[in-house]
Amino acid sequence: MIGIVPSLSRTSASLLALVVLLVALWLGAAIGETSIPMGVVAKTVANRLWDAGYGLDALDEGIIWNYRVSRAIVAACCGSALALSGVVLQSLLRNPLADPYILGISAGASTGAVGVAVLGIGAGLMTLPAGAFVGAILAFGLVSLLAMRAGRGHGAIILAGVAGSQLFNALTSLIVTKAANAEQARAIMFWLLGNLSGVRWPDVWLAVPVAVVGLIVCLWHARALDAFTFGSESAASLGIPVRRVYVVLIGTTAMMTAAMVSIVGSIGFVGLVIPHVSRMIVGVRHGLLLPASALIGAVFMIAADIVSRVVIPGQVLPIGVVTALVGAPAFAVILSQSRTVR
Amino acid sequence: MKLSACNVSWSTGGVSILRDVSLDVVAGEFLGIVGPNGSGKTSLMSLLAGLRRPRSGRVLLDGQSVDKLGRKEIARRIALVEQQAETSERISARQAVELGRTPHLGPFTPWSARDDDIVDEAIRNVGMAQLTARMWHTLSGGERQRLHIARALAQEPQILLLDEPTNHLDIGHQIGLLHLVRQQKLTAVAALHDLNHAAMFCDRVALMSGGRIAALGRPYEVLTEERIRTVFGLDVDVEHEGEGRCHIRYRAPGAPTAVRPMLKRIS
Ligand SMILES: Nc1ncnc2c1ncn2[C@@H]1O[C@H](COP(=O)(O)OP(=O)(O)OP(=O)(O)O)[C@@H](O)[C@H]1O
Ligand SMILES: [Mg+2]
Repeated sequence: MIGIVPSLSRTSASLLALVVLLVALWLGAAIGETSIPMGVVAKTVANRLWDAGYGLDALDEGIIWNYRVSRAIVAACCGSALALSGVVLQSLLRNPLADPYILGISAGASTGAVGVAVLGIGAGLMTLPAGAFVGAILAFGLVSLLAMRAGRGHGAIILAGVAGSQLFNALTSLIVTKAANAEQARAIMFWLLGNLSGVRWPDVWLAVPVAVVGLIVCLWHARALDAFTFGSESAASLGIPVRRVYVVLIGTTAMMTAAMVSIVGSIGFVGLVIPHVSRMIVGVRHGLLLPASALIGAVFMIAADIVSRVVIPGQVLPIGVVTALVGAPAFAVILSQSRTVR
Repeated sequence: MKLSACNVSWSTGGVSILRDVSLDVVAGEFLGIVGPNGSGKTSLMSLLAGLRRPRSGRVLLDGQSVDKLGRKEIARRIALVEQQAETSERISARQAVELGRTPHLGPFTPWSARDDDIVDEAIRNVGMAQLTARMWHTLSGGERQRLHIARALAQEPQILLLDEPTNHLDIGHQIGLLHLVRQQKLTAVAALHDLNHAAMFCDRVALMSGGRIAALGRPYEVLTEERIRTVFGLDVDVEHEGEGRCHIRYRAPGAPTAVRPMLKRIS
């Protein structure tokens, strides 16, 4: 059994994916503390995009357009980007446990973003996402170095990642306690747990290009990622310029993670679990696995965001809490299944 | 298509592994590389495949330095079957062979019917047609090895580099596989452990010892009793057969030399 994907042509599969994504976004905009009928959502979007001129409650329209739509779009981008990062890292490092959160890339990005926001490092020159990118690259560099020192075993990189995460989280706490005032500190701590409440349209203009470029770069390398099945030497003998592929793809992963962390904070388990779920559905070939992971990641994140808003009335749960609550048990199931397979 | 190493040396971690190795692989020939564990066979293979750069000297493919060629260009002409290559991915036997098409496909070139034909042919060639749907982790060591070779054939190379291709194979498949390689219209270089396989199938043999080529030539010229004793520390009897072929009879350590004439008489 290679997967339970129905044999669809490429175009119809892409169309289906687009429809699924649009429906998820639509639901994401409609459901919330106050549920708004789907029709109103559609009319709002029509009003804003094409000046359709439907008469709508200005408050509803404002909530939908200014908060919910942008939020749903960013959630989708974030889910895709993290899932893609997970697929790429798992393939390149040949490790089913790899993902940006576990490897400390997210923690490094947080430290970078906090460094810029609180300490004003590179003030004027560096934006928050740029700071996050530098932090992400530094963290991955440090973790790989540590892993190489610890030996090349399967567990080494994960252990190094755990150490790296702890280190960068500690650094973040240090920066926050030392330099931030009480209000800033509270806001940052809430953001660190993963939070979409602050998302507005400007964030969309960062999230969408990053996710789309990330997806294209990954798809461009789909065959190269397949070629890593038997390791990097084997990939090289199949004509893959291994070092260049590493640099481009790790860079892309860091970029996607950094951008998402700078917008919504670090969110765990999405990058880890979604690739495994996608593999069960479409198989291990990256030409299919990458788009499937991007779609499933996007839909999952929109759903998690909806849950985070409605599960406790009057309260918004950090989305990182929701993904962990769903992701941890899902991951346990995957782990125990993979044990019986091998 | 000619592959050659000119005065190639390679070292890693301050230890010199290959020293001043020179050899030519002539188009269409089957060159065997034999030598004890750690003598540098695998290292030489990866230099020939352009996976590593020599510290000094050059590896030339049709007179062109492989350093100057792109990875993809090399992979369209040279396929390598590694000594060990494993995966924990849940891929099927056929998918493993399909990877061989990688150097012929661009990032977005669609998979074609021709690619399918080439993959089918490669799988049939190694006698794995009935197992294509099986998952990799359910296959035996020998079956995996044959699929690796099918993958290399699907690469449609002009030169096939095989690092201990008969690993894990039963004797029937060992002979079958070497015969198969011989039958391809290919230049082949294979690291082999069984000296008799080298003697049976190879046009020429390179004997490696301590990172150097101790001897290079026709099997009966290279595989002499003295050389095998100095390089492998083993007493053997070499029997010469017709067409310049030879056969090596291994002797248990400590067995008296006097057995030899008696054996000859019996046979
Ligand atoms: N990357 C490396 N780092 C350190 N030493 C290495 C490395 N690669 C090879 N060596 C050493 O170089 C020597 C030659 O290794 P190589 O794998 O080429 O031998 P081989 O002839 O293929 O042996 P075998 O018959 O066991 O496969 C060995 O002593 C090995 O330990
Ligand atoms: Mg070897």
